[in-house]
Amino acid sequence: MAKLNVNGNLLEIDVEDDTPLLWVIREHVGLTGTKYGCGVAQCGACTVHLDGVATRSCALPVSAITPEQKILTIEGLGAQTPHPVQQVWAELDVAQCGYCQVGMIMAAASLLAQNTHTSDADIRSEITNICRCGTYTRVLAGVKLAAERMAANRG
Amino acid sequence: MTMKHAAPVNTAAGRVTRRNFLGGAAAAAGAFTFGFSFPLPQNAVAQTATPEVNAWVVIQPDDTVIIRIARIEMGQGALTGLAQLVAEDLDCDWSKVRYELIDPGANKARAMVWKSQQTGGSRSIRGSHDYLRLGGAQARAILVTAAARQWGVQPDTCSVTKGVIRHAASGRSTTYGAIAAAATGIAPPADVKLKDPMDWTIVGQPVKRIDTLDKLDGSLVYGMDISMPGMLVAIPKACPVHGGKLKSFDAAAVSSMRGVKLVLKVDDETVAVVADTFWRAKSALDALPIVWDEGENAEVSSETIAATLREGLSAPEAFVGNRAGDAKAVLAGARRVLEADYGFPFQNHAPMEVLSATVRWTPERCEAWVPTQAPDTALTAVVAAAGLPAQSCDLHIMRIGGSFGRRLSTEYVQIATRIAKALPGTPVKMMWTREEDMLQGRFHPVTQARFRGALDAQGNIEALHMRLSGQSILSYALPNLMTANGDPIVYQGLLADGPEGHLGYTIPNLLIDYAMRNPHIRPGFWRGVNLNQNAVYMECFIDELAAAAGQDPLAFRRRLMRNHPKHLAVLEAAAKGIGWDTPPAPGRARGIAQIMGFGSYVAAAAEVSVTNGQLKMHRIVAATDPGHVVNPQQVDAQVAGSFVYGLSAMIYGECTVKDGRIEQENFDTYNVLRLDEMPEVEVISMPSGGFWGGVGEPTIAVAAPAVLNAVFAATGKRVRQLPLKNVDLNVS
Ligand code: FES
Ligand code: FES
Repeated sequence: MAKLNVNGNLLEIDVEDDTPLLWVIREHVGLTGTKYGCGVAQCGACTVHLDGVATRSCALPVSAITPEQKILTIEGLGAQTPHPVQQVWAELDVAQCGYCQVGMIMAAASLLAQNTHTSDADIRSEITNICRCGTYTRVLAGVKLAAERMAANRG
Repeated sequence: MTMKHAAPVNTAAGRVTRRNFLGGAAAAAGAFTFGFSFPLPQNAVAQTATPEVNAWVVIQPDDTVIIRIARIEMGQGALTGLAQLVAEDLDCDWSKVRYELIDPGANKARAMVWKSQQTGGSRSIRGSHDYLRLGGAQARAILVTAAARQWGVQPDTCSVTKGVIRHAASGRSTTYGAIAAAATGIAPPADVKLKDPMDWTIVGQPVKRIDTLDKLDGSLVYGMDISMPGMLVAIPKACPVHGGKLKSFDAAAVSSMRGVKLVLKVDDETVAVVADTFWRAKSALDALPIVWDEGENAEVSSETIAATLREGLSAPEAFVGNRAGDAKAVLAGARRVLEADYGFPFQNHAPMEVLSATVRWTPERCEAWVPTQAPDTALTAVVAAAGLPAQSCDLHIMRIGGSFGRRLSTEYVQIATRIAKALPGTPVKMMWTREEDMLQGRFHPVTQARFRGALDAQGNIEALHMRLSGQSILSYALPNLMTANGDPIVYQGLLADGPEGHLGYTIPNLLIDYAMRNPHIRPGFWRGVNLNQNAVYMECFIDELAAAAGQDPLAFRRRLMRNHPKHLAVLEAAAKGIGWDTPPAPGRARGIAQIMGFGSYVAAAAEVSVTNGQLKMHRIVAATDPGHVVNPQQVDAQVAGSFVYGLSAMIYGECTVKDGRIEQENFDTYNVLRLDEMPEVEVISMPSGGFWGGVGEPTIAVAAPAVLNAVFAATGKRVRQLPLKNVDLNVS
């Protein structure tokens, strides 16, 4: 039995301890925005926030998570208004097939939550998600633009 | 007729509705930089209650224009480009355009009114622009006729701007939305004309994609995301040695594991576990004792495959793809002959979304939800595996998380249908693991090339012999398309003439021939197909000849390209873009490459540095002439994306074979390019008009040779066997 706080909802879920968080989110909670790409923490398609930190959920067994830890999925990220990263992503037409984009957006949002004064080099080394469609150029532009907006808003 | 399938059920705590998202987006509308506003959410178009104007166009009373899209969108942006083509000659308001997808059964039921749905070979736009523009023009004519009838005037006295029909003489006007109901049953006039490209206002514009928003909040339902009441999950595993068989498995060892419903033999080579969730199915499959009969290929390795191909490099018998003069005779007597061997290993498509298909089978009816690039053949696969009459089977198109050619094959659809047939009445979602996807790929075929080139005293190429040896996709996948030249796809970009991809060099004595050598690893169409290897081989060897002649690579090519102005134009543009005429900064070096493929002329120029054996790609400039450009910002996205795909293969991509099976099972051993290594990409679109070429694939081919030629300029090292990760670039 796992007790999880997903997008602010406390849930009790009857799963085996070794079940990765990814599959609990997708199949038991029913939130399919978080994607399966590799299952071995390589691609980032499964990225969620765990207490604000971008975390690859495919290799994280639910038994390692406490009910106090806040899990945020893409469905919770822009629930009130779109996150600046989502906004910028729409403006720049970043997505191609879109399958990796949720993970990209979660990774970018977490990076910018920690620091909106990131350099190109920081962004390049911090966002290690795989996109097979090859959206990297626009991902980089998107993170930079979102960073500027967020920095300006914080004044 | 089912136009749009029922949305799969998703119960979600905390799910954002797209309306929320749009509300927010609209509130910040001032920030948007492109000239067209956001479309409404696509699933507002769940059902077409309004009668259609024609097969392509439905107009709702609120002026919403629904354009039907028959080709498959898998990330390449075709959906938006195709809609632009219809919208252009329809003269509608682009901001009101939505889309609707077509299922293959619906297409069949209407005598293929939406034509081919097959999506590959960069053919979506170039293969359908004419009938799409005609469809738009005919719908416009029908709507104008309806308005003219109501007003008692001649249709040709009416004009249309952005979906508003006007009769200037009487000052009357109406909108498409207001008149559409009266247009039902009106036949289009026979003499509908297409717009002159000079008058285009939607085609050629960098409009934003109309399928973006639900990709940003996680609400887009991909094939993997489907969910239905009572649905089970199946994971298959096929013999890792292609061609081997399933001998036995011990279902009892796992059948009591939690959630496991069924362990079954799917076909001669495949076993599957069905459970209530993916993780339980996977846990059971991992624990399942399986015995394979690996068959005659169990001893095959990369080394034995390479040896077979190497033998083909000098084999006396070969198919001929391109011949001029007598290359062999001239080479035999030449004063100076250069020789080099090249090789390109197997690649896996590795789309981010692995294969899946969901099927519900009953004795009366079989229904499938399938991400596919080939809806017709996928439906045929369902019918074959279901054992039911064709009219009892239906297939719904699902959205795709990348594909790159992988879903042109349909074996996974058969597997899913067979599994569902074992559980009558239960919807079964078959999902592959990444490991299965890697092992059971349809691989970018393995080839090698041997060059012999003769230079005369002035450094001109007198003769060139290029021998290709290796695997044929067609002989495996579509043997009925084989020709007297063997597999015509093997010569992509190297043909003597034709609109698809002819060689951009005039060489007086030329022989390009091919020894077919087919290993057992199953091949498939991989983004760019054989253009990838051929561009690396030809463009790097031309560079070798230029160096041997002591000439600048661009100047050397110019002399060979006098009769190929379109090839040369893109090469010149790319070279100019990188600054070829001015020396690079200290420590940097440049390379160029060009080729023609999929009907388009493409070139790239790269600037790199190599420090302590480490390659850094700083900039790549691409130039492309696809004849017409429908959406320049999507062309930019496709070119940059194709570079990522091509450079991933060049640097890392290598599926090796040991004991008959592919060794790489996930991204930890099949690495790909990521953001940290992504060079700056500039795209020069230079459509010269008069023809329609592809966009999604051609440029993939030029990134690698441009970089490899730059690596030579930086280090003096020729990389002839890919991938680059195996090559030591340290200058000793
Ligand atoms: S699915 Fe988790 S990192 Fe790839
Ligand atoms: S957008 Fe398709 S994998 Fe990234």
